[in-house]
Amino acid sequence: MKTMINVALPKGRLGEKAYAMLKQSGYDCPSIEDPGRKLIFENPEKGVRYFWVKPSDVAIYVERGAADLGIVGKDILLEYQPDVYELLDLKMGKCRMAVAGKKDFRDPAGQTLKVATKFPNITRNYYSGKCRDIDIIHLNGSIELAPILGLSHVIVDIVETGTTLKENNLMVYEEIVPISARLIANIASYQFKDDVINEICESLRKQVEEL
Amino acid sequence: MTDEIWKNEERAVFTLRSLYRRYGYAPYKMSRFEEYDLYVRNKDFLVSDQIITFSDGSGRLLALKPDVTLSIVKNAPEAPGAVQKVYYNENVYRDYREIMQAGLECVGDLGDYEIAEAVLLAVKSLKLLGDRFVLDISHMGLIAAVLDSCGLSGQERKQAMDCLRRKNRHELEALCRGSDVAWEKLSTLLSCRGSGKEVLDRVAAVLTTDPERQALEELRSLWKILETSGFENAVRLDFSVGSGGMHYYSGVVFRGYLAGIPASILSGGQYDKLARKMGKRCRAIGFAIYLDLLQDGQRQDSAFDVDTLILHDGTVDTAVLTAAAEAAAKDGSVLVTEVLPKDRNWKKLVRFVNGEAVQ
Repeated sequence: MKTMINVALPKGRLGEKAYAMLKQSGYDCPSIEDPGRKLIFENPEKGVRYFWVKPSDVAIYVERGAADLGIVGKDILLEYQPDVYELLDLKMGKCRMAVAGKKDFRDPAGQTLKVATKFPNITRNYYSGKCRDIDIIHLNGSIELAPILGLSHVIVDIVETGTTLKENNLMVYEEIVPISARLIANIASYQFKDDVINEICESLRKQVEEL
Repeated sequence: MTDEIWKNEERAVFTLRSLYRRYGYAPYKMSRFEEYDLYVRNKDFLVSDQIITFSDGSGRLLALKPDVTLSIVKNAPEAPGAVQKVYYNENVYRDYREIMQAGLECVGDLGDYEIAEAVLLAVKSLKLLGDRFVLDISHMGLIAAVLDSCGLSGQERKQAMDCLRRKNRHELEALCRGSDVAWEKLSTLLSCRGSGKEVLDRVAAVLTTDPERQALEELRSLWKILETSGFENAVRLDFSVGSGGMHYYSGVVFRGYLAGIPASILSGGQYDKLARKMGKRCRAIGFAIYLDLLQDGQRQDSAFDVDTLILHDGTVDTAVLTAAAEAAAKDGSVLVTEVLPKDRNWKKLVRFVNGEAVQ
């Protein structure tokens, strides 16, 4: 029997691009291209099974072994620190984690800095490295609103083009770290399926280098 | 039947115990509580820093044991030539969970034999627990020597270890930019994985300093022993083991995996540095097996909860019921009840109507 490789793909454009690369590597799965309500797509001939999950959940599926491989943003890896192998930088879905604030923002030295974010751990690590006292306001969306309404001084968020910031009179003050999509693997699965995983990884690496 | 009622982890405890006894390891039973102080001073050694504490009648702060190793090292012998070999299975408490753990520790004036024996017992333990298993072996002394020779310290050293641990080649490349020697050495450690034949000479080719070579020779002689014992296909050299968060480990470190279990079930190594930090003049090696993970590999015993369900209305003579139950128990499990249980299923139903059994 062929070893089955389970791959968790993040819902959305990033996942679709990643699937296209995997298809190029010879791991196609025709049923995934039919629109429908199915959750799991299998190609037993190629020994591969795909499923779409919420982007921020990919790392959990891989860490706990429900998926052998996954495609996930570096932001999620930094935030949740899952115990997985990070095999390849796919160099797509590029953006950056940054501190942004209102255009007339000045760091209120001597005060606790209020920071709104979806990424409390990244934020905490960044500011503790700078020994800055902060108050983290954990939001789940529309982070840009926080400084406009005076809820926070700044935000820590993913910035892609910066258009949303600009339209709301906000700007980037500091860049924390560049972000892109990564190929991750469950450590225990890697022990038993390393030949297939390495083959997929090398084929993807070639595609990334050709870009 | 008897085999069926053992849970995986219970069966494991007994088979492992007999293995460790055969090699002269003595049972170790520790008390449920230790002084909190012991754990606070060695917090970095613990997997989790969530320790459950409480104070006793006299105000001493106690902890529900999160770990067994520290207690064993605390009482390790220091006389020349003295070695203490113990095995245990204990519940430890981490993050408010009770975790069933088995393992062994060998502390004292250890030589190469003791190190090799402990690694072999780790492989043999895995073999007892499953048909398909892998033990990944690395050497902390080698990793440390390589990092020293690359001149990495502080934050960079931590980042390099993190890259090794995650097999993260792309970030290692960025980190080594400007130093071809560091990149050559570290990328070799990162990409080498496999048997001693495949790995040892490739790594040896990039090493430049004596401490590096000395550590590699230790690995080489260990590999020979594993090979002679017939484990060359189950053991891999892999330097992603132990590169992060294991700074009390000094020599050989290893991690074991069973097919079908999504995390490493066995973890251990040589931790002389911990012993030294605790003021003990001794060396130490040991490993732990996380038995609760075996539940993941538990096979479904049977499609039915009971084989025979005997339903009666309370008017049936006890002697008749007993006879029926005894007969049914001969070829399976039986449950005698007056009402149909909602949460169980059964293969055969025997109903007593007016004192007569109806199938």
